Amino acid sequence: MGFIHPYERPNSYIGRTLPRSRAMRAVAGRGRYTDDITLPRTLHAAFVRSPYAHAKILNIETAAAKAADGVKLVMTGAELAEMCTGPWVGTLTVFDKMKAEPQYPMAVDRACWHGEAVVMVVAETRAQAEDAGELVTIDYEELPVVIRKEKAILPDSPVIHPNLGDNIAWEKTLGTGDVDKAFAEADHVLEETFEFGRHTAVSLEPRIVLADYDPGTEHLTIHTSSQCPHMIETVFARTLGVPEHKVRIIAPDVGGSFGLKIHTFGDEVAATAAAIKLARPVKFVADRLESFVSDIHARENRVHAKIGVMNDGTLVAAEIDDLSGVGAYSQFPRTSVFEANQILHITFGPYKHKNYRAKATVAYLNAVPTSQYRAVGHPIGITVAEHMMDWAADVTGLDPFDIRRKNVMEDDSYPQIIGSGLPMKDLSHQACLEKLFGLMNYEELRAEQAEFRKKGIYRGIGLASFIKGTAPSPVGFYGAGGARIAAQDATTVKLEPAGGVIVALGVTDQGQGVDTVMEQIAAAAIGCSMDMVRAISGDTDATPYGGGTYASRATAIGGEATYQAALDLRREILHMAGILLQTDAEELDIVDGNVVDFGSTEARIPLSEIGRIGHFQLGELPNDYQPILSHTRRYRLQDSPYIYTNGIHGAYVEVDVDTGWIKHLKHWVVEDCGRIINPQLADEQIRGGCVQGLGGALYEHCIYDDAGQLQNGTMADYVTPMAYEMPDIEVGHVETPTSESELGAKGAGESGTGAAPGVMMNAVNDAIKGLTSGRVTEQPIAPEVVLKALGKI
Amino acid sequence: MKAPKFSYTRATSVEHALELLDTHGDGGRILAGGQSLMPTLNMRLSQPDMLIDINGLDDLKGISLDGDTVCIGALTRHVEVMNSDIVAEHLPLIAEAMPYVAHVAIRNRGTIGGSVALADPAAEMPACILALGATLVVQGSAGKREIPVEEFFHGLFETARADNELLVEIRIPSQKGDKVSVFLELARRHGDFAIAGIAAYGSVSGDTVTDMRLVYFASEDKPTIGANASAALNGKNWSDETKEAVNTALESDLEPMANLHGSAAMKMHLQKVLTGRAMDTAVVRASGAGGAA
Ligand SMILES: Cc1cc2nc3c(=O)[nH]c(=O)nc-3n(C[C@H](O)[C@H](O)[C@H](O)COP(=O)(O)OP(=O)(O)OC[C@H]3O[C@@H](n4cnc5c(N)ncnc54)[C@H](O)[C@@H]3O)c2cc1C
Repeated sequence: MGFIHPYERPNSYIGRTLPRSRAMRAVAGRGRYTDDITLPRTLHAAFVRSPYAHAKILNIETAAAKAADGVKLVMTGAELAEMCTGPWVGTLTVFDKMKAEPQYPMAVDRACWHGEAVVMVVAETRAQAEDAGELVTIDYEELPVVIRKEKAILPDSPVIHPNLGDNIAWEKTLGTGDVDKAFAEADHVLEETFEFGRHTAVSLEPRIVLADYDPGTEHLTIHTSSQCPHMIETVFARTLGVPEHKVRIIAPDVGGSFGLKIHTFGDEVAATAAAIKLARPVKFVADRLESFVSDIHARENRVHAKIGVMNDGTLVAAEIDDLSGVGAYSQFPRTSVFEANQILHITFGPYKHKNYRAKATVAYLNAVPTSQYRAVGHPIGITVAEHMMDWAADVTGLDPFDIRRKNVMEDDSYPQIIGSGLPMKDLSHQACLEKLFGLMNYEELRAEQAEFRKKGIYRGIGLASFIKGTAPSPVGFYGAGGARIAAQDATTVKLEPAGGVIVALGVTDQGQGVDTVMEQIAAAAIGCSMDMVRAISGDTDATPYGGGTYASRATAIGGEATYQAALDLRREILHMAGILLQTDAEELDIVDGNVVDFGSTEARIPLSEIGRIGHFQLGELPNDYQPILSHTRRYRLQDSPYIYTNGIHGAYVEVDVDTGWIKHLKHWVVEDCGRIINPQLADEQIRGGCVQGLGGALYEHCIYDDAGQLQNGTMADYVTPMAYEMPDIEVGHVETPTSESELGAKGAGESGTGAAPGVMMNAVNDAIKGLTSGRVTEQPIAPEVVLKALGKI
Repeated sequence: MKAPKFSYTRATSVEHALELLDTHGDGGRILAGGQSLMPTLNMRLSQPDMLIDINGLDDLKGISLDGDTVCIGALTRHVEVMNSDIVAEHLPLIAEAMPYVAHVAIRNRGTIGGSVALADPAAEMPACILALGATLVVQGSAGKREIPVEEFFHGLFETARADNELLVEIRIPSQKGDKVSVFLELARRHGDFAIAGIAAYGSVSGDTVTDMRLVYFASEDKPTIGANASAALNGKNWSDETKEAVNTALESDLEPMANLHGSAAMKMHLQKVLTGRAMDTAVVRASGAGGAA
């Protein structure tokens, strides 16, 4: 008698593929995105944006725009600043000596990047607002532009924010061991410099707000496409001086987010301020062109790496020096230095070496602010480390699999601290490696590659091992760092009168199926069928305060909160049933929505009776017993800064060595996200993540000219991956539940993205090996990059 | 973004469309498939006063055979050209190129006339009709005139068509049975505008190449006949030596424009690679091994 873990029960919903509960409506075209919602008397905002990367605003003439058809409000950055409680400062106390310039939602007296919002126009229609925007005249005085990170850090560079003294946002070094000694003793020391091109999220649904202020109740309701409704509630409330409990954020369907939608954007705050000022709903949708110059960018890095290797392939030391080019400001409230910080911590993370030194320098540029985007920092650190490992394999005559077999941390060696100081546990590098070896049919693949080479067809095989930080704790960065961003999360599980269960989530669903996963967890934990459970997410009036969905945390953190809350409800139901049935609760169980005798499936009392009695017929219960049919549990990590996950990618490509074109033939991933709740959704997270990583590896690049003008801010010029070019992606899992929680789930959302660029670079270099002494060390790996490595141009 | 205000008229006849073009001068703009025009309006890159919609003009639609000439109405959709038996039989070069033109949804609306009138330097159809020696029929209120394709394309989005003229028809000589054609292009992704491309049409008998016209697109400001390269090729056997001579000659034919997807040097390199591959294919096709196309 007693308790069987819900995931251990036969036919448990935990571990079962089920369709996403929102899928039917999405495929029927009935998705409800923010732009599908129109409130009566809605006005529309459009923005006049800076055409210059850096310019003083001398004068703004708005009279003609104010007089234009349909216009209700023209607001400058200075006027908006007066409605704000103060500027944002994008620092966290954990980033020692980090510097950031205070920032208002729109430019006040200076525009600092091409595309920064300068004037807002609000009119009856979006077209009228755009027409009137063309009537605003702004006199600018151009200022020196800082756009190349290598130059930005030089003493003679112009300084973007004179108050900061220079353009350096943050510098950090860390490490362990005696790196210099290890290099001196190493049989081989290899050094290389890597370039990573800045790119951006390109969510299918752009950023959007629909803000509605009711002056009668002083309530502010904002519909918005957000991953973090509670954080946005806090930021908007505090910025605009509206009491937080009077703000409601509703995030209906969200059409992709990838980290883009965990940030604060000035234009969204401006539109909300307009709604307050005009006491009418105001909608702002970032169109595709302004998305390119106002959505956060990411990953503009140059990394110098050095490793020491012994003849037998043992990695003895590693060093990296990263230079990140962020934007004109540090993005509030998460900062723009997180990427660099992640790179320092995770690079060479799978390996046992004990000598590690890493340095980061983060430079401000007159460009769109960068910040967290799916797999923050990991694609860079993993590409660097895995390239160096393949090169070391080459130099020592080892197979790429063997050099990893030799150097990865053993599966039975945890807990361990890696070179960057991060604690690791519950990882499975060895198991993942061997599983991938089998999945790829590696030896046959190598033979096939050799056969093709004889025919002048150049195919390459790449590998990339990785660790991925998921589900951060409140002692790491947020919370502890001073930002009002929850790293805990909460779920309320309620029994309704008819026996249905409502699961109200602090975490959110952006199409990846979080709602469904939580319904599975709750149904399994309670013991009822899925169709008796409904999840609610994305409404701060209906859900407990939580962090939302970022850093692969929804299932790992929110899942445990849901699991515990559902177990609480289950205990309450059993307790109440015990009283009603005059049986010891310990002797009872819940199966298929019925309370049964433990070990039996025969219904003694259905949940619908529990609900009915618990809500309406309390007279049937003793006077001193008030059943609690709504349970909230919160969960936070306690011992670790993150729940680390691990895995390995494999790739098989063909390179046209005359043109530099790459055909991606096949991609494999084996990863360990702990206990898997819904295998198909986990697989699709990995696949989607891979494609996103491959986008950065092969195509995506925000290109700035020397004047700081974004050169390719349209979908015609900014190249994203499309289905035709993407290979089949085979996914395998090793399941090592995390010991941090009872449910044992780790994050899965970013593991595809993190290692995809590195495995692609390795596969390309493998394909051209022997044809040239050059190697590809730059992303995106455009045809020109390949041709240059081949010495053809 | 939203397009700026414009007026719109659905033309009821070719004459009506021409009358509107005359009335609105510079401010009038023909709307065919809209696949290039509408994005420029929405991005506020062009602000015409009057859109003259020719989609109702059935006279401008369709593909027919007039003796040895294939006549394609300007308003014929890409998809119709792609699926046409006449084109497949008589213009294998165009049949081969059509799948490279954009994506299904765009081909369903976009027109061959729009493509040719727009004269995007990276577009496939202008290069193909130049290789095949087509004639463009344009019509103004004063009447029709025929322009040989060699005189039609002037530069980036520039053609011999006057602002108040409508492109009404493209007349393309049927490909001769004893000639071969090859179309090749390189684009970052399937369906993108090309970075480099070639359309070749001529004879190969045995290994000897004659009458070969090599047309390059995407690297230049307009589809460009590689006159020197063709001269270095014609009358020769296709060999490594010829290939080298053709590649050298090509350097005096082309002046590639650098863009975001490649430097001038890279595009020159790619055009040489494509030339070699096109001729390799032409030789195979002429020998019958590669099928008729
Ligand atoms: C995503 C995307 C990818 C694309 N990729 C390719 C590609 O790979 N290759 C390619 O070739 N094209 C590509 N296109 C363009 C597409 O083929 C267009 O349809 C074509 O270039 C224009 O044809 P249209 O009928 O749509 O013309 P519209 O957009 O209606 O008109 C284009 C211009 O031509 C003028 N015009 C149109 N018809 C006439 C006429 N009969 N007489 C005089 N003037 C006229 C118009 O006034 C306008 O200035 C792409 C388009 C998109 C949106």
